[in-house]
Amino acid sequence: MKPYLAIFSSHFRALLQYRAAALAGVGTQLFFGIVRLMIFDAFYRSSTIVQPMTLDEVTTYIWLSQAFLLLTMLNPDAEVSAMIRTGNVAYEMTRPLDLYTLWFTRGFSGRAGPILLRSIPIFVIAGLFLGLRMPASVSAMLIFIVSLCGAFLVASSIVALLTISMLWTISGEGIARMAPAAIFFFSGMVIPLPLFPDWMQGLLALLPMRALIDTPLRIYLGHLTGADAFAAIAHQYFWVVAFITAGRAVLAVGVRKLVVQGG
Amino acid sequence: MPQIVVEDLIKTFRISKRTPGLWGSLKGVFSREYRNVHALDGVSFSIDQGDLVGYIGPNGAGKSTTVKILSGILVPDSGRVSVMNHTPWIDRIDYVRRIGVVFGQRTQLWWDLPVIESFELLRDIYSVPQHKYAAKRDELVEMLDLGALLDVTVRQLSLGQRMRCDLAASLIHDPELLFLDEPTIGLDAVSKLAVREFIARLNKQRGLTVILTTHDMDDIEALCRRVLVISDGRILTDGTLADLRASVTRERWLTVDLAATDMAVTTFADPDAQLIRRDGNRLYLAFDPQRVSVADLIARIARNYPVHDLFVENPPIEAIVARIYAQRRISPVAHPSVNTDHDAVAEK
Repeated sequence: MKPYLAIFSSHFRALLQYRAAALAGVGTQLFFGIVRLMIFDAFYRSSTIVQPMTLDEVTTYIWLSQAFLLLTMLNPDAEVSAMIRTGNVAYEMTRPLDLYTLWFTRGFSGRAGPILLRSIPIFVIAGLFLGLRMPASVSAMLIFIVSLCGAFLVASSIVALLTISMLWTISGEGIARMAPAAIFFFSGMVIPLPLFPDWMQGLLALLPMRALIDTPLRIYLGHLTGADAFAAIAHQYFWVVAFITAGRAVLAVGVRKLVVQGG
Repeated sequence: MPQIVVEDLIKTFRISKRTPGLWGSLKGVFSREYRNVHALDGVSFSIDQGDLVGYIGPNGAGKSTTVKILSGILVPDSGRVSVMNHTPWIDRIDYVRRIGVVFGQRTQLWWDLPVIESFELLRDIYSVPQHKYAAKRDELVEMLDLGALLDVTVRQLSLGQRMRCDLAASLIHDPELLFLDEPTIGLDAVSKLAVREFIARLNKQRGLTVILTTHDMDDIEALCRRVLVISDGRILTDGTLADLRASVTRERWLTVDLAATDMAVTTFADPDAQLIRRDGNRLYLAFDPQRVSVADLIARIARNYPVHDLFVENPPIEAIVARIYAQRRISPVAHPSVNTDHDAVAEK
């Protein structure tokens, strides 16, 4: 475990250095949060039908999703991609480490630092001035933290799978562009999932994307409690196991056919 | 039992063929043709503990592929490898703990971190106990003169400095076997000497087995008693440098400087020596020491020509290797002249 922790902490520390990027991120995410809010505000004003979420809830949902935006921006790990492109991946394989765990750790640490740096200021600012409400209850808060960990793991295991797919595609451009669009839409980043039409709810509940944003947020709001919350978290961890299993299987095949680029 | 045994290693890469032009690109979307490249075509050798072996061959001969298979990175199509009782691609994790690897064209240091932090990260990756790490680090810092570099970010190092740090990084976990893939590539003369001296010391003082691939024949001449020559995926020769020379040619070279005053010598003729090249007053001659003794030849030349200075040497290893490649490429009967050998070396 220790080697992976060392890699995690060195990455985490390195990424904490990028304060300017985080500051810019906070600014943009606040700005887009306000734009999204205005759109929903307009919708709610022009509609007389009772919606499945109140505007207050939508507001909190939007600010939380802005805070955790990076959980949905899932691209192949930039460092590993560069290594695969240049052939430096050779060195990764001469380490006495499990390659999957190593790449998973890289993806996880690459996300944890920036998300932490951005979410805290957004939380504070949106909580004080922009209508973000506190969690529905203390227990909602605790379960929220558990499901947030679940969301991190789902995100990292998807990143690992995307990274491994680079062994085939090398440039990764195609996947890097396709994956985020689907993830964005089905996770609740564009429209909170409860506002989707009823006929889509079954599909949305099955797909892994809701585990990234919708699940923790609705637990925070108190929409999902008790058995429902438990089922939602089970859904998250089911997908974690599924993505890790798939990633490992694909990696095993990839390593056997690996061609190290250059020299 | 040898430390490394390689038997009948075969590795083929499948490379997709691109047809040129728009039509070709369109066709490529639907069906691709592949072409097989035999990187290794039945390679066998064995290496003993403490050997320092040079592994040479032209670009694309299969050197790097061999090293990558031996260091657990690539899986061969078939063949057997046993290194310290491990099969690299099967128990990779246990195996790579015991080896060190340096790829001259890449770095294993973390680009954004100071050198010392890369060392510490490697300490954690290899789970080296702190006291062992500290001793090893101090020793390597002393041997490679890294004191001033430890706090420098890797991206700021010169190539020579980086290579010294990379060498140190590959030894932090005290490996029993070291693979060096072109460790002197792109280095200036001083750095090359430092790297060579370090490798020689490691091998001599610790009995560390070293496998060195290189294009730099000076590396080979300075370091390796044993040389494996590979071309087109097959081992061409395997033996000491002296054996290698003897297998190709018994030829020695005699360099003669004519007295500067006498430019009258326009032609050179001698029954036992052949003029390879002339450079103003300097003549390069080749002769077979079994046909004529060095003393006789020198005496005769000194009698017939105004000699200012002369010396005898072995043909440089470049010429030997180029000749091996040429002989195998062209039919075995053909005898390319030394001049084309020189061209072949210049191309690399």
